Amino acid sequence: MTITAEKPLVKIEGLHKYYGHHHVLRGIDMTVNQGEVSVVIGPSGSGKSTMLRCVNLLESISSGRISVGGQLIGYREVNGKLHDLKTKEIAAQRREIGMVFQRFNLFPHKTALQNVMEAPVHVKGQSKAEAQKRALELLDRVGLGDRAGHYPSQLSGGQQQRVAIARALAMEPELMLFDEPTSALDPELVGDVLNVMKDLAKSGMTMIVVTHEIGFAREVGDTLTFMDGGVVVESGDPREIIANPQHARTKEFLGRVL
Amino acid sequence: MEHHQHRDEPVLNKSVPVRHPGRWLSAVIILAFVAVFLQSLFTNPNFRWDIVGTYILDVKVVQGVGWTLLLTVASMVLAIVLAILLAFMRQSDNPIFRWSSWVWVWFFRGTPVYTQLVFWGLIAVLYPKISAGVPFGPELFSLDTASVVNATVAAILGLGLNESAYLAEIFRAGLKSVDKGQQEAAEALGMSKGKIMWRIILPQAMRVIVPPTGNETIGMLKTTSLVLAVPFTLDLTFATNALANRTYLPVPLLIVAAIWYLVITSILMVGQHFIEAYYGKGVDNLAPAAANPAAAKAAGAGADVKHSMKTDFPEESAR
Repeated sequence: MTITAEKPLVKIEGLHKYYGHHHVLRGIDMTVNQGEVSVVIGPSGSGKSTMLRCVNLLESISSGRISVGGQLIGYREVNGKLHDLKTKEIAAQRREIGMVFQRFNLFPHKTALQNVMEAPVHVKGQSKAEAQKRALELLDRVGLGDRAGHYPSQLSGGQQQRVAIARALAMEPELMLFDEPTSALDPELVGDVLNVMKDLAKSGMTMIVVTHEIGFAREVGDTLTFMDGGVVVESGDPREIIANPQHARTKEFLGRVL
Repeated sequence: MEHHQHRDEPVLNKSVPVRHPGRWLSAVIILAFVAVFLQSLFTNPNFRWDIVGTYILDVKVVQGVGWTLLLTVASMVLAIVLAILLAFMRQSDNPIFRWSSWVWVWFFRGTPVYTQLVFWGLIAVLYPKISAGVPFGPELFSLDTASVVNATVAAILGLGLNESAYLAEIFRAGLKSVDKGQQEAAEALGMSKGKIMWRIILPQAMRVIVPPTGNETIGMLKTTSLVLAVPFTLDLTFATNALANRTYLPVPLLIVAAIWYLVITSILMVGQHFIEAYYGKGVDNLAPAAANPAAAKAAGAGADVKHSMKTDFPEESAR
């Protein structure tokens, strides 16, 4: 893994986030290389989800810079001064970044197939026939080819999350963000979703995964980042960190979740 | 989960149900009242059912029904268009839009519809000419207000603008009822603001918006009887009143009007049922293939999709 030429796809530099006076992120630096699976763990309230949401601007960036594929997210830099991007330009940046939410957020008034087809047809302008063919392939890939005509309310949580992954993949993003994708699932449904994510990682997708699944981090992760109190406490090879955490806080957290 | 036929199947409990004497008593009392009322309908000569029969299909009455329907539909369409606009403005980032929308609702909801109708009837007195041009500068064109805002237009404007204020609040509540995650998921896919609103948020908000809007439409049907204030004199209430005054028989003509209002209301309720089923897709209405053509097409396209009617959750599909 370490032999391949490492091209950074995501660069987070000095990221701070305030909600009013509440200082949630206190200077995050992080790099994710092309094709890498970067797993982020940490106690709730550590800011890991907020950090992830900053990457596709679901949260505004209070301070610092994020770039994806060499493109500055949310701003245009002119003579060293930052200018906010227009809503349209932000939407264009988001098309390159897929996101999977903890609570799936499928469109309940659309079937699984329509959920996956929505963005290719209405954002990319693909023909319906083309988008449908591709959507059925994607649903097959996540093991739900036979559920195309079902509404989200007719699917289990695990199935909904897999449709949500297919929906994000339909835009052919260069980066996938996972915000605690298995936290809202019954334990016996977690495995199916993790398997889909493992396949995706094997196919070379660059992924940032915020999760509590330490097993997934150990098995699939290329890097593991432990966050607490809005800062990165420790980062490195997942297997090393899990086996031999260097910081007391990491040790304490791993002790509680393992 | 296989079901084996056991010889010792459980014996179902046969319990004695709780008795409800109160239900029987209330049924007897209510049925007695209904019987007395029905008897009076047939025996009381003052109802003058013969007059009801004579006038129910009278040309003036039927035309009145037509005008009442026209006023209802036209003013509701105007109100819905304005209300969507007002609701969008109300949650806009632009403070001028938010403020304008608030003032509009405050004014049109805060004054009686009767007053507003009288006002629209008098608009030609207030502004004899409508003209467009540069303020304090040259005029581009000019029209007589009375020729543009005739009684029909005044009635539709009066009813529609007043209603838009109420509907704006209903639409606002509907938009607010949609989970924030829907907006975020659509944003994360890179959808534009307009597409998010029209394709994701509004269709889901409609589930909440349709029932009270149906209520408002039925209310509007009867509010049209106030257009006498404009004055507009062709609607159902005015037509039946005029006939009542001429024949000195108010009761049978009130019954004629009531029957027609009930008929129209019933038709509107049927329409509302279908609109609710349409916007309940995926939530209240889970007929998969029939309700959406794309899935039906998909089911025809691939053999593996043919099983799509099967579900892991029989208890859910049975609903």
